[in-house]
Amino acid sequence: MSAQSSVRPVERGVTVKLVLYWLIAGLPLAWGVANTIGDAAKLFR
Amino acid sequence: MNSVGARVPGVLDRERTVAGPGFNRWLVPPAALCVHLSIGQAYAFSVFNLPMSKLVGITKSAPGDWKLTELGWIFSIAIVLLGVSAAVAGTWLDRVGPRKAMFTAACCFGGGFLVSALGVYLHQLWLIYLGYGVLGGCGLGIGYISPVKTLITWFPDRPGMATGLAIMGFGGGAMIASPLSVRLMAAFSSPTHMGVAETFLVLGVIYFCFMCVGAAIVRVPAEGWRPAGYVAPAQSARMITTENVHVDIAIRTPQFWLLWWVLCLNVTAGIGVLGQASAMAQEMFPGRITASAAAGFVGLLSLFNMAGRFFWASTSDLIGRRATYCVFFVLGMALYALVPSAAHMGSIALFVACFLVIISMYGGGFSTIPAYLKDVFGVRYVGAIHGRLLTAWSAAGVFGPVLVNYIRQYQIDHGVAKADAYTQTMYIMAGLLLIGLACNVLMRPVSARHHLAAQPT
Repeated sequence: MSAQSSVRPVERGVTVKLVLYWLIAGLPLAWGVANTIGDAAKLFR
Repeated sequence: MNSVGARVPGVLDRERTVAGPGFNRWLVPPAALCVHLSIGQAYAFSVFNLPMSKLVGITKSAPGDWKLTELGWIFSIAIVLLGVSAAVAGTWLDRVGPRKAMFTAACCFGGGFLVSALGVYLHQLWLIYLGYGVLGGCGLGIGYISPVKTLITWFPDRPGMATGLAIMGFGGGAMIASPLSVRLMAAFSSPTHMGVAETFLVLGVIYFCFMCVGAAIVRVPAEGWRPAGYVAPAQSARMITTENVHVDIAIRTPQFWLLWWVLCLNVTAGIGVLGQASAMAQEMFPGRITASAAAGFVGLLSLFNMAGRFFWASTSDLIGRRATYCVFFVLGMALYALVPSAAHMGSIALFVACFLVIISMYGGGFSTIPAYLKDVFGVRYVGAIHGRLLTAWSAAGVFGPVLVNYIRQYQIDHGVAKADAYTQTMYIMAGLLLIGLACNVLMRPVSARHHLAAQPT
């Protein structure tokens, strides 16, 4: 009983939400970083 | 049924944002990132300066066109309003919670772009000062502080990393905004039209929507929530308090003003360089660093500015905040003093390496300060205290570039070669960091008489 009560309930669909939320925030940032790396490469040309 | 007089919480109210049992705290940083990635656009505002100086003449500035010096005020007003609004809204934010604050920031920041679009369309510069400068600046300030306390509460075991993640977004925002703005202007421009007003309009809508996504998904933990397996320290470590200091008391303590100067001096040293990086690289290495390569240098600086925010704030969780700032100041002094030598040796690699580390510590200074405030003043009023501390950023935002530009011009006017015109500036920056180091070393825990528990009720 005590072992069961110490387990926290997990919200439904949490993995899907995690992937979705991080994609929403991460994709624009990844696009910006890719553009910046393209610019930064000019320093070494 | 509700009893008479009972108020149903609105969708923006704090009560509606309290997370249920089993909520995963890693869902919260993306909410903060949505806001910070948007308002980080401020660092890229300079991409509009040149097009806005040719709205009448199109190919070149004509009579009636705005001057670059006039346009420079837009960013300055926004940065000043960032500090002022963060200072004023901090206490309100602590009361209403992050969702209402994020939505307000979205309205101000998005609305600022729309008003500015009207200003460009009507060719009224004061409307852009009012729109992007005042309204947008308020959006910057409120948006910047809105997720800080929430993240610290969700991550009591790693507050530096959590706030570093959000504030990293502010550094990364410019990387999105700069290419996006250039492409939008290219899409809307024609041989007789620069496309700035339409770009402002589209950006206003995009940023409003993106910030609203952040407001929609943000959650605050329930009262007394702790991460699984986390045990709060029973008593305060030397520089980490478990007590709370009220914001009105905090700003009267020497610790607040020491940290104000720590932030101000760290930012002053970095911001002047960031704004002058392209010209500085070309002038210190004439003929060897071209305009295109200098643009690459600026891109690298942006990357390290962003990465430093996460790296240094996370490191501060391991080595402590005061030690982290000591590293910023000591290493910063050494690197600034090394830059003129790198130029004399003709070593571009050393020059670039020095500035990449310097700029990473500039970003790190921003992202580590909320956790430093939490350590010194406690969690309860950290949002409001952080808001008031950001006036240091406003002061540095005005002071830093002026200092660098003035010293450079003074040197050139007195016959110093352009390649050597930055030498004195570098030594002055090192001197500023020395004062910052002294302020940081003087930091002590806040006296127990200032703790909330010791205050008369």
